[in-house]
Amino acid sequence: MKFIHLDHPFTEQKVRDLKVGDLVLVSGLIYTGRDAVHKYLYDGGKSPVPLRDQIIYHCGPVVMREGKRWKVTAAGPTTSTREEPYQADIIKNHGIRGVIGKGGMGPKTVEACKQFGCVYLHAVGGAAQVLADCVQEVQGVHLAERFGPPEAIWEFRVEDFPVTVTIDAHGNSLHKDIYEKSKQALEKYL
Amino acid sequence: MQNLKVNLIELIRRTSSDLPDDVQKTILTGLKKEAKKSLAEQTLLIIQKNIELAAKKSQPICQDTGSILFFVRVPIGFDALKLEAETRKAVADATSMGYLRQNSVDSLTGRNSGNNLGPGTPSFHYEFWRKPQVDVRLILKGGGCENVGAQYSLPHSGLNANRDLDGCRRVILDAVVQAQGKGCGPGVLGVCIGGDRITGGIHAKEQFLRKLNDRNPNPELDRLELDITNTANRLGIGPMGFGGTTTLLGCKIGALNRVPASYFVTISYMCWAYRRQGFILNTRGKIEKWLY
Repeated sequence: MKFIHLDHPFTEQKVRDLKVGDLVLVSGLIYTGRDAVHKYLYDGGKSPVPLRDQIIYHCGPVVMREGKRWKVTAAGPTTSTREEPYQADIIKNHGIRGVIGKGGMGPKTVEACKQFGCVYLHAVGGAAQVLADCVQEVQGVHLAERFGPPEAIWEFRVEDFPVTVTIDAHGNSLHKDIYEKSKQALEKYL
Repeated sequence: MQNLKVNLIELIRRTSSDLPDDVQKTILTGLKKEAKKSLAEQTLLIIQKNIELAAKKSQPICQDTGSILFFVRVPIGFDALKLEAETRKAVADATSMGYLRQNSVDSLTGRNSGNNLGPGTPSFHYEFWRKPQVDVRLILKGGGCENVGAQYSLPHSGLNANRDLDGCRRVILDAVVQAQGKGCGPGVLGVCIGGDRITGGIHAKEQFLRKLNDRNPNPELDRLELDITNTANRLGIGPMGFGGTTTLLGCKIGALNRVPASYFVTISYMCWAYRRQGFILNTRGKIEKWLY
């Protein structure tokens, strides 16, 4: 299986080159953000980190303090559809280039990915240990006191973080395709 | 019963970090069937590596350690309230030890209790039996897969499902298509035909206490279980919904009597991180045997 390397900085060109079905290894800085962060940004909250050309990871990690350092002990993706009401606006207003999560997203996000040059990268749900192993360093944490540790923005430096492109920057969605095909296939077996 | 809490913490640790053999074997069978160098194969390889890593590190297989469901059988005269009190302490301790994530949220205030204890969490399901032992089983079930569960009321005109086994088959397969990969497939279905809206849900979850390689003693349900699994695996949904042949690892179906006016089919979806473990204790709280 051929892997495509996607390294920080994540430019529009790199992201536009990806297509649905590509296996990608992400390296560099990524930011976690889930329900509270998405609602906060959507409501006009100021981002504590510059998000332009960055990747947001839908993840509520388990992070333990080890002396002066943070250690990530579990960091799988959380279900992305909960951010569907907010994601398109955040892609538009903050210029993010990638969203990592699980389960796929809806038509608003697919359209925003196409229009503004962003991709949805699907991580393997439940693979908390494999994915935590890809986090080389926690570089910082923001909004932890306000939202609690799982809902905070964590800065992860990752290496070869494995994901699959399931929504590309050209209007394609693997989730939509598979749903339609499987629905058709079922007709044959009823 | 001094060691009871220690034993219960060990039950939680094993359940959270070490997947049962029957589940691991079935995932491996799926892996071998997927096309070489496909997305499905790659996904199952990551899943397999994750299972190994979690067991080795004694850390949660998935960060969502889910709903904590205890199924307990106790002899007549046994102090089940004491067992429950010790279990609650064990859950709180296992949370601070990192085997369980803080997963109990007040539905009105949004406050996380921080130790997995609260109204309804963990949940306990008791039965009496005449054996002189205590049978304690634990299932951890993540929120992603719980969210794709479904309950159908038959007849269902949209799906052309009547009050018969073919109707059941239609709604169960519809649930598989609606779930796609969102419940972290390849998944396992626990199904209850009949019962009411609540007992159906409990009986559907009780199916997860069965091993994947067992057979249903009722020949009609046995046929339906195999048929659902085989048909689901021909729909092309695959691991995580990326396409492929491993959509379900299994389907387990039970049936309860119903009132004449109702006919429910309740489907609970379990993710590939199918965390199930249990043990038999003697009445002094000593482990006699592990169950899975």
